[in-house]
Amino acid sequence: MQTNFSVEQLRDSDNAASNSVLRTCVHCGFCTATCPTFVLLGDELDSPRGRIYLIKEMLESGKPATEEVVRHVDRCLSCLSCMTTCPSGVNYMHLVDHARRYIEETYKRPWPERLMRGALGRVLPHPRLFRLALRGAALARPAAGLIPTGTMTGKRLQAMLSLAPAKLPPQSAAQKPQIHRAEGARRGRVALLTGCAQTVLAPSINEATIRLLTRLGIEVVIPAAIGCCGALTHHMGQHDPAMAAARAAITGWTREIEGEGLDAILINTSGCGTTVKDYGFMFRDAPPAEAAQAKRVAALAADISEYLVRIGYQPQRPAPDLTVAYHSACSLQHGQKITSAPKDLLKTAGFSVVEPRDPHLCCGSAGTYNIMQPEIAGQLRSRKLATLKDRRPDLIAAGNIGCITQLSGDGMPVLHTVELLDWMAGGPRPDAIGQSDV
Amino acid sequence: MIRLPEPKAATLAKRDAIIAGLRRILRDSGVIAEAARLKPYEMDGLTAFRQPPLAVALPETTEQLAAVLRFLNQEGVRVIPRGAGTSLSGGALPLADGVVIGMMRMNRILEIDYDDRFAVVQAGVTNLGITAAMQSDGFFYAPDPSSQLACMIGGNVAMNSGGAHCLKYGVTANNLLGLKIVTIEGEILDIGGMHLDAAGYDWLGLLTGSEGQLAMVSEVTVRILRAAEGQRAMLAAFRSNEIAGACVDRIIGSGIIPVALEFMDRPAIHACEDFAHAGYPLDAEALLIIEVEGSVAEQDELLGRIRAMCDEFDPISCRVSQSAEESAAIWKGRKGAFGAVGRISPDYLCMDGTIPTGQLPLVLRRIGEMSDHYRLKVANIFHAGDGNLHPLIMFDANDADSFHRAEAFGADILCLCVEVGGCLTGEHGVGVEKRDLMHRQFTEIELDQQRAIKSAFDPDWLLNPAKVFPLVAA
Ligand code: SF4
Ligand code: SF4
Repeated sequence: MQTNFSVEQLRDSDNAASNSVLRTCVHCGFCTATCPTFVLLGDELDSPRGRIYLIKEMLESGKPATEEVVRHVDRCLSCLSCMTTCPSGVNYMHLVDHARRYIEETYKRPWPERLMRGALGRVLPHPRLFRLALRGAALARPAAGLIPTGTMTGKRLQAMLSLAPAKLPPQSAAQKPQIHRAEGARRGRVALLTGCAQTVLAPSINEATIRLLTRLGIEVVIPAAIGCCGALTHHMGQHDPAMAAARAAITGWTREIEGEGLDAILINTSGCGTTVKDYGFMFRDAPPAEAAQAKRVAALAADISEYLVRIGYQPQRPAPDLTVAYHSACSLQHGQKITSAPKDLLKTAGFSVVEPRDPHLCCGSAGTYNIMQPEIAGQLRSRKLATLKDRRPDLIAAGNIGCITQLSGDGMPVLHTVELLDWMAGGPRPDAIGQSDV
Repeated sequence: MIRLPEPKAATLAKRDAIIAGLRRILRDSGVIAEAARLKPYEMDGLTAFRQPPLAVALPETTEQLAAVLRFLNQEGVRVIPRGAGTSLSGGALPLADGVVIGMMRMNRILEIDYDDRFAVVQAGVTNLGITAAMQSDGFFYAPDPSSQLACMIGGNVAMNSGGAHCLKYGVTANNLLGLKIVTIEGEILDIGGMHLDAAGYDWLGLLTGSEGQLAMVSEVTVRILRAAEGQRAMLAAFRSNEIAGACVDRIIGSGIIPVALEFMDRPAIHACEDFAHAGYPLDAEALLIIEVEGSVAEQDELLGRIRAMCDEFDPISCRVSQSAEESAAIWKGRKGAFGAVGRISPDYLCMDGTIPTGQLPLVLRRIGEMSDHYRLKVANIFHAGDGNLHPLIMFDANDADSFHRAEAFGADILCLCVEVGGCLTGEHGVGVEKRDLMHRQFTEIELDQQRAIKSAFDPDWLLNPAKVFPLVAA
């Protein structure tokens, strides 16, 4: 597609990168069909192709972002379904990441929104603060009905409260920085990114991951000083905090790589995985030494399902008579192009695996999207739950804490794939599955 | 830049009133009027030509569509119908004084009847969406344009779209039973019905392929078919475009009608392989994708005969797909071919002409010569079985000279098609792209007759004007 950047503009590395993304787009429109917001809203402006065009105009103009553009970019889930569909190989992720940063830097949002986005960016990546906030939310829940929902802010506050679990699981010592030794002979050594929100909302996921890996002879390191990988703030366009978090993570992992060595950096929250695998691009303009470290970390990053396939997973228990509806997290299927590994593992573990008829469509979780865009997120959630339940499963499995939170609370257990795999390999039965179900 | 008619000063002057009127019918959420938000509507799949519209209207019901058309007709405002905006001939190119009516929100499937084998769908349902809704019951809608994932059935009717499998099943016109249309006066009319060959004049035939110039389509009743027992695709690789072209003629001449017979040349093969990882033969100069269907025995017998014919042309390789996944990848590559060319060139013009299959070797050779002459690369991807060519001329829109050469190259190809006894358009429609070449195909008298038909439906030429017919000198 034709672009109109000046030579001066193209000297900026972000502009140059976006220019080459834009030049790859041939405006064929294929991507519109698989975009969740286009399917729901029926407007070119809420389609990938429309957003690409809006972003192009915004970046070319060099002027501050306007409400008209921000509205449609904000509605983008960053689900990256468009990237799976695009025949031309357009890297929409890099383009929209640039756009979000540009908006963050040039656009002044109304103050309630600014406040909320600032708070989310500060609280979510920090387990201690997040835990406190959730406690507060649990206390405030009875008052949720009092929040006026006539305004977007009201709707967002309500969404936030309804996502907060009534009771938090107890803290888990296993997730603290330490080394979990392999059982028996050591076959490998990996670092585990425990995640930020996940450690508070569902420590059982990391516990299952660690049990399963150590049982398979893998030493699991949880390095100190690695908090959030930066994905959360990165997706909100908050460039500096995102880069700072990523830098800390790179430093921590590099110490391990250069110390005892790592076979992989494992991630069991696929939203984070997509970002960590993109570190090479994020740090492309960093000093050479740092850029090289970022690249090395990105190359070692692997989703837990990828790694389990690599080292070979075998169940120890007899196959349970359970049907699992597998929900493919966007960050896994579109962001990292991992589609069959989790399903194959679940089948190996003895589950019958079914899929909804719209596996490519997002559930509406998308980082902080379900808080900032509660209406669209709610519609996508209902749609996804309906197509999942259509297949009459006993439970739902997904590989991302965001999706798990989003799909929970509808009477059907929603678990992380790795919890089911650990159970079948000798781990405890996940709490969410009642005794009577088996 | 293509010449568009002068905007009507009167329309521009009452812009605010027109937008207010549209908002009364569609509320704020159904009308787009701010300059920044109109920009992405300035073009469709033909990126060479751009013009932001006066406004965009997004109706959700036939009644709203009728009210919008009635209002715009009263105000004398030009109308540009738009589906998914995938047209490669600029069928949805806006006008500065025109209102784009986007049909994307009318995306519901209204009825599926397996006993009588028809489905009623709104115009904004995607082509593939129709098949997707019935696939698990073993039925499908046959025409399958390459953009079938995204393109909408209303646009398929407007352009009489074809597709790879039209060799056996025919184009859109052969698979329609009825239409609900809205005239420019805002009158809602039903045409055809639930069965083939309705009584009276063949209005359906007249409206299909009329490029949104006679009326707007709001609902479509399509014929649906039971899916074949199975199908298999064969990939036959050849040493040159001309040899592959001769092989196509041999197969078609033998009387065998495969379900699909597709052609790709070297640049196309490489770009598509990059996207679909289908295992296309990268050593080939030209590739034929030949699909047959039926019972396993039928498939074997047909593939055997086709294979024997391919062997007469000294193929580099012939491979039959071994699984459903492999076939899916083969078609994913072919259907994504135009977009995949975006991997090797920032821009392209996608031509669409039809020729008698006997002329394939000659035409392919001449296209190769033109490519040298204009110093522009070309990728050939097309429905070889019915002689429907889609040469993609690669250029760089950031370089004006290369665009002018591409335009001239394209015009030469289409003139060549007419010269060898073919026609200007296979399935993409005339749009704006081929408008000025129409006199190569038709005499002035013939064009006048066609204009008279348009005038009968749309006396003031408000519906998608500036397309199809060469502009009358101002
Ligand atoms: S599918 Fe790719 S090339 Fe086509 S419009 Fe979308 S992003 Fe652009
Ligand atoms: S990332 Fe998802 S929501 Fe955003 S444009 Fe692409 S498909 Fe649409």
